[in-house]
Amino acid sequence: MKSLIDILDLTTEELDELIATAEDIIANPSKYAEACRGKKLASLFFEPSTRTRMSFEAAMYELGGNVISVTGAGTSSAAKGESVADTAKTVSCYTDIIAIRHPKEGAAYVTAKNATIPVINAGDGGHCHPTQTLADLLTIWREKGRFTNLTIGVCGDLKFGRTVHSLINAMSRYEGNRFVLISPEELKVPSYVKKDVLQQKGIPYVQTTDLMAVMPELDILYMTRVQRERFFNEEDYLRLKDSYILTVDKLKTAKSDLAILHPLPRVNEISVAVDDDPRACYFKQVLNGKYMRMALILKLLKEAGQIK
Amino acid sequence: MNIDSITNGIVIDHITAGKGMKLYELLGLGELDCSVAIIKNVTSRKMGRKDIIKVDADIPVNLDVIGFVDPGATINHIKDGVLVEKRNIDMPERLVNVIKCKNPRCITSCEQEIDHIFKLTDREHKVYRCIYCETKAN
Repeated sequence: MKSLIDILDLTTEELDELIATAEDIIANPSKYAEACRGKKLASLFFEPSTRTRMSFEAAMYELGGNVISVTGAGTSSAAKGESVADTAKTVSCYTDIIAIRHPKEGAAYVTAKNATIPVINAGDGGHCHPTQTLADLLTIWREKGRFTNLTIGVCGDLKFGRTVHSLINAMSRYEGNRFVLISPEELKVPSYVKKDVLQQKGIPYVQTTDLMAVMPELDILYMTRVQRERFFNEEDYLRLKDSYILTVDKLKTAKSDLAILHPLPRVNEISVAVDDDPRACYFKQVLNGKYMRMALILKLLKEAGQIK
Repeated sequence: MNIDSITNGIVIDHITAGKGMKLYELLGLGELDCSVAIIKNVTSRKMGRKDIIKVDADIPVNLDVIGFVDPGATINHIKDGVLVEKRNIDMPERLVNVIKCKNPRCITSCEQEIDHIFKLTDREHKVYRCIYCETKAN
């Protein structure tokens, strides 16, 4: 695997390997402190990001490497009309690995096709966000100790929510899982995810608009934000943005070992009071994301022969 | 209704009724200098109704286009008034620069000189998806 564009680029064995590496990094951080010494990460963020960009940059620094950043299309040659392909070829001359976020779907794939160094998709529009899924998976692993026989509720914007599609793809590869898809009618999971993933693999799932009705069944509740930037029409966004707000009161019927995840940023879909509930895992998820990105950078640079 | 037979050229036969014009457009037949006939809604014993396209020149044809639009169609090559080759068309695994992705968020909507590529993801339902954004081809 030269690059990571889609979570399905990773086999389940490779995922296990990344999780094992991340666990080892957590246990022995000093062992990895110089692992990427002299190597440079190109952090190309053509779309706003706080967590993902900082997470990649922190990951590279904690591995002893360096970071060269581009933030916002307006500050790079993209503003002059440079193609993604040309940017990839140019950046390959300066750095050893690329993390790219771009508003256009498929931009990371084009980058990987044209770069001579490993490329990590840090989010391509509403399409894929595989490293968020890596953060989600490490969190599930650390909270539940398994990837099988789980009832996974995903709630909110399931239409444009790229993290949701990647999570469904990833967790569909394990036995005994069941999905509960909770969304307003207008933001349901796209039919291709249902047909090509859930139905094709025979994964049980239900669709509902009622979060409270399904709350007691859930082992994992993956909340998402209704994303303003994915709407062409502001009226639609305003109408749908407050569809689900998770409060302490609503968690009364939930399992005691429920794990509440959220890819963040949160707007108001999880009440701040929920943060004190031991079932809230979304800030642990942020930290887990950094460890998985460290593991991924190590894996890709090793496979490219850049580090031992 | 009679259309003269051709001496040297191609006949695309067994086109599902109604798909003749789409084939005509995607194959770029409107740009040819030779005679081209589109015969719509011809009575067919096998199909009930069908379309036929006749091209009065032995031009190279992009079989992927035919396989994408109507994989049941056949292509016949005529030489000196004689049928010299008849081919059935299969659905191609990949379509390169035949159609464009209609997703406005797709990288192909802005990246210069990028190949528009679709892959066959569901043969049974004839579904092609953009390799960049996975949007379904119409």
